Amino acid sequence: MAAKAVKQEYPKRHDGRGWEELREIEAKVGIIPRADGSAMFRIGHTVAYAAVYGPRDLHPKFMQNPETGILRCRYNMMPFSGHGERVRPGTSRRSQEISMLMSKALLPVLDLKDYPKSVVDVFVELPETDAGTRCAGITAAAMALADAGLVMKDLVVSLSMGHYNGKIMADIDGYEDCDVGISDIPIAYIPTLDKFSLLQLDGEVPKEDLVKLLTLAKKKAMDIYKVQQQALKARFTESHAPKKVK
Amino acid sequence: MTSEVLHAKERDIVVPGEIIAEGMGFLPSKGLYREGAKIHAGRLGMIAIEGKVIKLIPLTGAYVPKLNDKIIGKIIDVLMTGWRIETRSPYSAVLGLKDATTEFIPRSADLTQYYALGEYVLCKVITVTSQKLIDVTMKSPGARKLKDGRLVEVNPHKVPRIIGKEGSMVLMIKNATGCDISVGQNGWIWVQGQTPENEMQAVQAIKRVEDEAHLPGLTERMKAYLKQLTGKTVEIPAVTAGAVEHEEAPAEPQEERREYRERRPHARHGGGRFPPRNPGD
Amino acid sequence: MMKEHVLKYITKGLRYDGRKMDECRPVTVEYGVSRNAEGSARVRIGETEVIAGVKLSLEKPYPDTPAQGNLMINAELTPMSSPLFETGPPGEQGIELSRVIDRSIRESKAIDLTKLCVKEGEKVWSVMVDIVTVNDAGNLFDAGALAAIAALKDAVFPALKEDGTVDYSKKTDKKLPLLQTPIEVTIVKVGDHLITDPLPVEEEVLDARLTVAFNDAGMLCAMQKGGEMPLSIEDISAMIDLAQKHAKELRKKLSR
Repeated sequence: MAAKAVKQEYPKRHDGRGWEELREIEAKVGIIPRADGSAMFRIGHTVAYAAVYGPRDLHPKFMQNPETGILRCRYNMMPFSGHGERVRPGTSRRSQEISMLMSKALLPVLDLKDYPKSVVDVFVELPETDAGTRCAGITAAAMALADAGLVMKDLVVSLSMGHYNGKIMADIDGYEDCDVGISDIPIAYIPTLDKFSLLQLDGEVPKEDLVKLLTLAKKKAMDIYKVQQQALKARFTESHAPKKVK
Repeated sequence: MTSEVLHAKERDIVVPGEIIAEGMGFLPSKGLYREGAKIHAGRLGMIAIEGKVIKLIPLTGAYVPKLNDKIIGKIIDVLMTGWRIETRSPYSAVLGLKDATTEFIPRSADLTQYYALGEYVLCKVITVTSQKLIDVTMKSPGARKLKDGRLVEVNPHKVPRIIGKEGSMVLMIKNATGCDISVGQNGWIWVQGQTPENEMQAVQAIKRVEDEAHLPGLTERMKAYLKQLTGKTVEIPAVTAGAVEHEEAPAEPQEERREYRERRPHARHGGGRFPPRNPGD
Repeated sequence: MMKEHVLKYITKGLRYDGRKMDECRPVTVEYGVSRNAEGSARVRIGETEVIAGVKLSLEKPYPDTPAQGNLMINAELTPMSSPLFETGPPGEQGIELSRVIDRSIRESKAIDLTKLCVKEGEKVWSVMVDIVTVNDAGNLFDAGALAAIAALKDAVFPALKEDGTVDYSKKTDKKLPLLQTPIEVTIVKVGDHLITDPLPVEEEVLDARLTVAFNDAGMLCAMQKGGEMPLSIEDISAMIDLAQKHAKELRKKLSR
């Protein structure tokens, strides 16, 4: 997509959203019955599925940690999920980096000391993407980990913020992500600790703007947090745990 | 002095991080944690309140082997001095020769004659070390090999509800379907009926209890459901007053025997996902 | 031991989940589930869920077929969908799934590959179908095959820019030239009994399986035998008959 300048004169963004407005969000928990925990999170046209298996036995043995269980994340976009050409299946440097960042974003809320030598595997697959994929992945993964019954201080919420010429934006979509003039700032936030567990920046941003942006990020994260909580509770009030007939 | 506020009530479903109460007078038990004056949920679960004690009943989560638990295990490997058992947790257990049977087992015996790979047994957990080395025994009342039946997998946290107050729920299902039902604390349940139809009925009933474990009035609903399924009217067994429904296994102190573990070279590798112990562990 | 028990049920005409002998679990097909793909579909058979997506691109044709487009079918058994699948390149199971589904679509000549030629010897359309498992509750073969053909039914050509390259942001309403919609059904033999739409436990104890594909006219167009036990002519004939019966039912599910 050719780089385009965002028209700052207009009060709204290319899709009509306000600068601080998130795309439509949707969350559902327990969508993959075979997994120990699972969830779907959708923001606009980015959809992430997360499945958790564990704590379970870990192979190869040299990876086992005798003092604690470990968290292992794997992020993957389905080959047909993105704008543009098909993406060959398999890992890439980008997906490996994101997998690692996801683990780091989620680890602060987990306590795996009761599960030495074991592993908690988190698999994130995206059937449809429109930017903000690592954020949707983390948001879905947090719900899936809770669904799997892991001890967690809190959920983790993630969204991608943006910055253009002094203007702060919440939830960058694909169109905006391609615009080289917009700086992309994915974050993950833990409400109970009031701290960030993921922070990346692509582009130039003055420090004062960054602080303002992070403050806005917290506020918008809480909107997503509420949806995560509701989705987890709906799992039980709807009284239908999926049946696993073996 | 912060005021004491309870934000949740009995039977509320809560999520990790959610603020349950405020005030120093409350006592958070397992699954809840305190940060300053606030008490937060530490996992997904259901709230139970007993005076000033706030409890969280987990609704999901892996099974963690506990001392004295009766579990159903699957033989997955044969060792020099026993068998390795899958427990449906991250940790396999060992059934040692001395705990296997009252018969005398000669040194050179083929151990698969006693317990073969793939067989299921109802056994009891007798050791859980801090490193999660687990021993089980078959020399316990009720422990036996499980034959001619099917394994049903349920969420281990629903087991207390499936058993019911003093075994009342599982007894209702047994009476209605005529099946023999053994419930393992690890969420594996053995169902053995006279016919596949009876077994299916028992499976459906168990699954129904699992689905609705967190909803009130289940016992009455199950009585009606069993009538609809099997045509039999079963009475709700009388229970002693004060019997607790959501009773987890009694909290006995774990015996943390950091003893020298006998080296166990094993007969062969293989045994699925569980790494065989190497000599020198 | 497990097998004896499954057989006990089957001998009495009951499946392990209480179904009748040749009853298939509920099947749903959803079209257009992934906006960026040129075509996509989600298939659910009971709790088994599979998503398939179609991507098109302009490529050089293969030297031995200069006037034909390319077709590639790839299936991924994601570790998300089952504790038994591992990360990494496709193993035996995944490769077999890809190739069996490929066979049914290619051999039935479902797509008129000659209509995918843009400039002979230089430019043709490449059709790439990716089948991704979401939840494995048994019978990934049939769910995957149905998802693949549904995704192809859903697929349209992307628009072209002025310079002749693909503009993925615009879709035309020109559908892929589909001549056939092959339907694949797997029949499993346990002991002396034949069942369809196997559960994971039934797949574990099967003696043999036969996956059969039928074109619109009901003609056999692809087949694959799996499992360790050999099959007699009678077995094969009976399995094909049973498969054909179920193929008719599955085909109905494809109509939008």
